[in-house]
Amino acid sequence: MRSGFLRDMALVVAPLLVLFAVLPSVYDNGLLLLNFVVFLVLAQGLNLSYGFSGYLPFGYVGFFGAGAYGFAMLVTLAAVPPVLAVAGGGAAALLVGLLLAPLLRLQGAYFGLASLAASEALLHLIANPNLQDVTGGPYGVKLTIPYAPRLTYGLALGILTFTMALVAWLRHSRFGLQLKAARDNPIAASMAGIDIVRGRLAVWLASALVAGLIGAVFAWQASTFFPEAVFDIGFSIFAIVFTLFGGAGTLAGPVLGVLLLYGLYNAIGVSAPQYFQLTYGLLIMALVLFFPDGLAAIPRAWARRGRLADG
Amino acid sequence: MLAYALATGIIFGLYFALVGVGMNLVFGVMRIVNLAHGDFIMLGALGAFWLFRGLGLPPSAVVAISFAVFFLLGLPLYYLLVPRLFRAAEPEMLSLILFFGLSQVIEAAVAMLFGNAERSIPSRLLGGGPVPLLGQTVPFAWAYAAGISLLMLAGVYLYLYQSRIGRQTRAIMAQREEALAIGVDIHRICAIAFGVGAGLAAVAGVFAPFMLGSFTPSIGIPLDLTSFAVIVIGSLGNPLGTLLGGMIFGVSLMLMRTYLSSFADLLPNLVLIGVLLVRPTGLLGRAVRHA
Repeated sequence: MRSGFLRDMALVVAPLLVLFAVLPSVYDNGLLLLNFVVFLVLAQGLNLSYGFSGYLPFGYVGFFGAGAYGFAMLVTLAAVPPVLAVAGGGAAALLVGLLLAPLLRLQGAYFGLASLAASEALLHLIANPNLQDVTGGPYGVKLTIPYAPRLTYGLALGILTFTMALVAWLRHSRFGLQLKAARDNPIAASMAGIDIVRGRLAVWLASALVAGLIGAVFAWQASTFFPEAVFDIGFSIFAIVFTLFGGAGTLAGPVLGVLLLYGLYNAIGVSAPQYFQLTYGLLIMALVLFFPDGLAAIPRAWARRGRLADG
Repeated sequence: MLAYALATGIIFGLYFALVGVGMNLVFGVMRIVNLAHGDFIMLGALGAFWLFRGLGLPPSAVVAISFAVFFLLGLPLYYLLVPRLFRAAEPEMLSLILFFGLSQVIEAAVAMLFGNAERSIPSRLLGGGPVPLLGQTVPFAWAYAAGISLLMLAGVYLYLYQSRIGRQTRAIMAQREEALAIGVDIHRICAIAFGVGAGLAAVAGVFAPFMLGSFTPSIGIPLDLTSFAVIVIGSLGNPLGTLLGGMIFGVSLMLMRTYLSSFADLLPNLVLIGVLLVRPTGLLGRAVRHA
């Protein structure tokens, strides 16, 4: 287990971190770089849940928004120091994750759409005019803490490292193997003595935690935002598409998905959103129809085909 | 006020049942979630916009043409997408992504070709004046939409329970493998169900401008969420449960709007989560869960 984990860390995580640590000194759009890191964390966080337990939460953005609002409320109402409040944002998302844990009784599409409904319900609760004194209601949040781009970027990279280390660990540990067994055949796995419920809950909460942490960092960087901006279902959709595009359950796949697709989005999506939406939709459809296991599975498929041809 | 809220709730409930029934039929037969359903509704609304305003056709003709055109478009779309999808390991999850992609393509194409403008159809084009109801009135369009919705749901009942194709469709819903084993032509029956689902979405679309006030290219996803809430309350995969789901949804929506309007947006989501947690298979569902 140990060698596989170290190999993943050395070959995927370390180069990516070096790249993103060096980029700010050669490229001055810090906001865009932070957004890349945000999506890397969200894609890998979703990968924790979908890749290892098979639960695909369409409402994943609910944790992100809970983290952003947890952070904002701690800073504005309780005057907590921002760095601590980031941890508080993670805790807020963890709490939402625990509240929503009963949803794990649902399966497949039921779970995906119920989690989406939960995230929408959270949005409507926070944006409710009656709660304006607590959450700012529909008028959003305006933070007065100092803007610290280097610190927030560093924190985001730290969260990314933590998330990817978790994915790498799950890929090579006994616990991760048990999860995969439970995902592929729950009945056989529980007959073999695997505690399915505990495993699923653990990755669900881990996935919620990282989304909340990065949501808090995002809120700090943005400093002024509306509820719709941090509960935008677009975050969920992007995270899902990036992860599936690259290949769920792998470490490099979601990274590839974010770099390629979010890159494409920034290249054409901002100036011509409709052309982007069209390309994006067609790309997603082609991916599902021709490469249902994601980009990371293509070399494997070729290798298998090569072996068959030789044999 | 209470009686009026209940009555309009039933009218909207019938309409919401029509909005959801196509998606439910497709889920029940194919076990796939058609997230492009809301965009089919939007396209139906766009078609109705042209048929009403451009050609000035009577409403019954618009309904018939919309259903026929979308039924015929649904058949090739089925053969293009669904059989390939079933070769993957997890068709149900992948269907969410595949049809989300289709929904994005439709939304972008409509916005590029026809613009993002908000469109509405004057309700006088449906004819008739305000209909008296419990001392107040409702627009004729609402009553007409509720009537057509009931008619379409009755049609779904006849199709499923009184025809040979419907018997085969229900066989696939109950046991896909065994239906295949006894010689049901699965792809043909599924394609028909997919076409009927698209046709029903188009008819719901015809009345969307009247019931929702107006429409834009991006109403697809919110309509999907409404449809999903309605059919889960009834029970996923049971097309007639949709009628019950639509009623519960419509009546509670109208009660919320009357008495607690600032929380009305929360309602569909809370009802959905509540029903799923108490009865994961919906109010009329049978227990089918494993592990």
